[in-house]
Amino acid sequence: MTLSTANTTAKGRSMKFDVKTAGPAIALILLCIIGFSLNPAFLSEGNLSNLLTRSAFIGIIAIGATFVITAGGIDLSVGSMAAAIAGVMIIIMNNAVDMLGTGVATVLLGCGCSILLGIGAGWINGVLTTKGKIEAFIVTLGTMGIYRSLVTYFADGGTLSLDFAIRGAYRPVYYDSFLGLPIPVWVFIVVSIVGWFLLNRTAFGRYCTAIGSNEGVAKYSAIKVDRVKTITYMIQGLCVSLATIIYVPRLGSASSSTGVLWELEAIAAVIIGGTVLKGGYGRIGGTILGALILTTIGNILNFTDLISNYLNGTMQGLIIIIAVWLQRGDWGKAKASKT
Amino acid sequence: MPDGINDIFSVLQADRISKSFGSVPVLFSVNMDVRPGEVHALIGENGAGKSTLMKILSGFHDPTSGRILFDGEEVVLPPNGGAEMLGIVLIHQELNLAEQMTVEENIFLGRELTKNGILDRQRMQAQVQEYLQDIGLDIAPTARISDLSIAEKQMVEIVKAISRNARVLIMDEPTAVLTEAETEVFFRQVTKLKEKGVAIVFVSHKLSEVKEISDRITILRDGQWIGTKEAGDMSLDAMAQMMVGRELSDLYPPMREADVDADRVLQVANLTAAGVKDVSFDLKRGEILGFSGLIGAGRTSVFEAICGLEPIISGTIHVNGAETRFASVAAARDAGIAYLTKDRKAKGLLLDKKMRPNLTLFSLPKFVKRFGLDIKSEDAALERAVRRFDIRARDPDISVGDMSGGNQQKLLLAKVMESEPQIVIIDEPTRGIDVGTKQQVYHFVTALAAEGVSVVVISSEMPEIIGLCHRVIVMRDGRTTGTLEGDGINETEIVRYAAGLKGEGLE
Repeated sequence: MTLSTANTTAKGRSMKFDVKTAGPAIALILLCIIGFSLNPAFLSEGNLSNLLTRSAFIGIIAIGATFVITAGGIDLSVGSMAAAIAGVMIIIMNNAVDMLGTGVATVLLGCGCSILLGIGAGWINGVLTTKGKIEAFIVTLGTMGIYRSLVTYFADGGTLSLDFAIRGAYRPVYYDSFLGLPIPVWVFIVVSIVGWFLLNRTAFGRYCTAIGSNEGVAKYSAIKVDRVKTITYMIQGLCVSLATIIYVPRLGSASSSTGVLWELEAIAAVIIGGTVLKGGYGRIGGTILGALILTTIGNILNFTDLISNYLNGTMQGLIIIIAVWLQRGDWGKAKASKT
Repeated sequence: MPDGINDIFSVLQADRISKSFGSVPVLFSVNMDVRPGEVHALIGENGAGKSTLMKILSGFHDPTSGRILFDGEEVVLPPNGGAEMLGIVLIHQELNLAEQMTVEENIFLGRELTKNGILDRQRMQAQVQEYLQDIGLDIAPTARISDLSIAEKQMVEIVKAISRNARVLIMDEPTAVLTEAETEVFFRQVTKLKEKGVAIVFVSHKLSEVKEISDRITILRDGQWIGTKEAGDMSLDAMAQMMVGRELSDLYPPMREADVDADRVLQVANLTAAGVKDVSFDLKRGEILGFSGLIGAGRTSVFEAICGLEPIISGTIHVNGAETRFASVAAARDAGIAYLTKDRKAKGLLLDKKMRPNLTLFSLPKFVKRFGLDIKSEDAALERAVRRFDIRARDPDISVGDMSGGNQQKLLLAKVMESEPQIVIIDEPTRGIDVGTKQQVYHFVTALAAEGVSVVVISSEMPEIIGLCHRVIVMRDGRTTGTLEGDGINETEIVRYAAGLKGEGLE
């Protein structure tokens, strides 16, 4: 059943209407209708653009998480990783001002370092799980603690602030628009397209799915399991660094509370989107919808005083549980009708 | 009633049982009875209806028509394992034990003894200890299931059944996963149970075992009851013929003469790896080379080491004259060597995926065009493979796990052959598949060799090795003990080498 959905995505979504594939999309449309009926301003251009920009962070990280989870892994360290990268990035840029000035060069240096750090951190997670043969949950739980404490240490318990002089050059990355869409949304779109192609149209994507489905079979099918798994963590790291790059100019600072619970939101987006938590089946399109759904809930609560904004987590939690429960029910039926 | 079925002495009896699933009939008026203190074997090809009959006898399925008699009285067995309360226990092929719990916890699962609402561990452990001693099993009640061997796990299942006062024990291929030594231990326990008056029904594909352990044998073919005979009256050939219903001589294609002067495509010298000691052999172009020996003799390990699946400790490998040592399965594949696993479910196929991704997985780089996968050429490959290997799936979109064992095996063959190997190692080519498919596989192997591909066949089925191979290497305890060729290949010789009665490695 998992495959029939994979195939419909491959051959064009319109060919067969599949409730499970369409589930997240239906949920998002319902949320939008609810949002609009509660407050018509929900669909205003400003709000939509704000909503998309905010989903970009979780969305980009969740696309990386889709690879890790599809290949049967899990990465709990992404939120802390984002905080640590943000911290180091700010320190590097602040220190580079004397040498490179306050212009684009410093920002590029910061971004370059961010990407290297992200890929490196992912590589560490990957190597520890594959070569070290430690469960991914444990490894990333460990690195989650390490990265989180590192940023606290760098900030000496407080906040690391980006030099005001650099902010001018860096600001557009978050606040500017291109063709009417904010830059973070463009990054999200590009990452989504590349991610979709990688997972659905390349041998690498097929390998991720195969490993998540059955590692033994993958090994005997000439797949370099350790390498592929490590690469999924590196993709995750890269995605985290991209999200951090567009996140830093927003506030221009990093502290121990940066990126808290991002890992859970990212995993939630992946699962809401229909990717199977135990691996073997992943959907980038679903993940994107999942990220949008999560952000939309928060946005609607912000917009109306029907439910306290403090209950945002409750609503998200409920949506996750309902989404997975719906998927489960669906599969049971599909299986029963098949045999 | 044929063959002296006696109502009075039977503890459990199937009387003219028929069963249909939807419109598909699978059992036609089958009779079978089990007496206290007897081992009754149920044999037949895949799809003959053995599993269905067992499930009906243990209440997991309802018969469409016919009667079940328990102690001579007609009963309707309670569904879903409820028959255990009556003393009828079915032990599934996939054992039903909680791996992370102890022996004692498993045996008392669901009916724990308590004292004042608290688990009475002492009493439970003492009882389990007693059961274990009774059956002569040397494991502690506190041992964790995951630490036990498969044979021990099986024994725990049996103890669990006894502790529930089982009077009829129905076992689905209990020996399929056991080594010969473990099987021996297992049979000793079965004999003890027999003496206690337990009636035992067991299914096995290993006819020699059936002959050894059972008192009576019931043969099913295509859902029909073919007969119930005293085991002592039946030869192995007679059993096979009753199962298949035809002469088996045409099972193997005619042997093509081996070309003595053919190039040696694979030369292995002094190979040592985990479970492999100092193994040397050659493989010629177009040759079918058999590897025989007992389970655990190291046959699979030799080729896993050669193909880069397991590390090599020492030794040299030459492929087409050039020395190589493959760092990965991919490297071996690219050099034209492919290994087809015996473990279809855990190492062979992605059961939750469809045929296409399974078929191309092993040779996926071949299907990459400009960074992306060429789905069209994958589809074309699937079409070709379905034709070439006669893969029959009800629906091309079916999950591989829902296909029959025979079709899975053909798909696995197709998957490996998609890489167009020059040397292919087929481990247990016909495990768990029916005779019809076996025949197809044999013809395919022979045809491959005729095309100049070199084939290594690792098999525990003696007739397969003898009927198919030009040359046979016998292994024991990780070493090669003998090589047989041409007319020298016969069962007695192979057994003597395999059992260590004869061989190069003997001092």
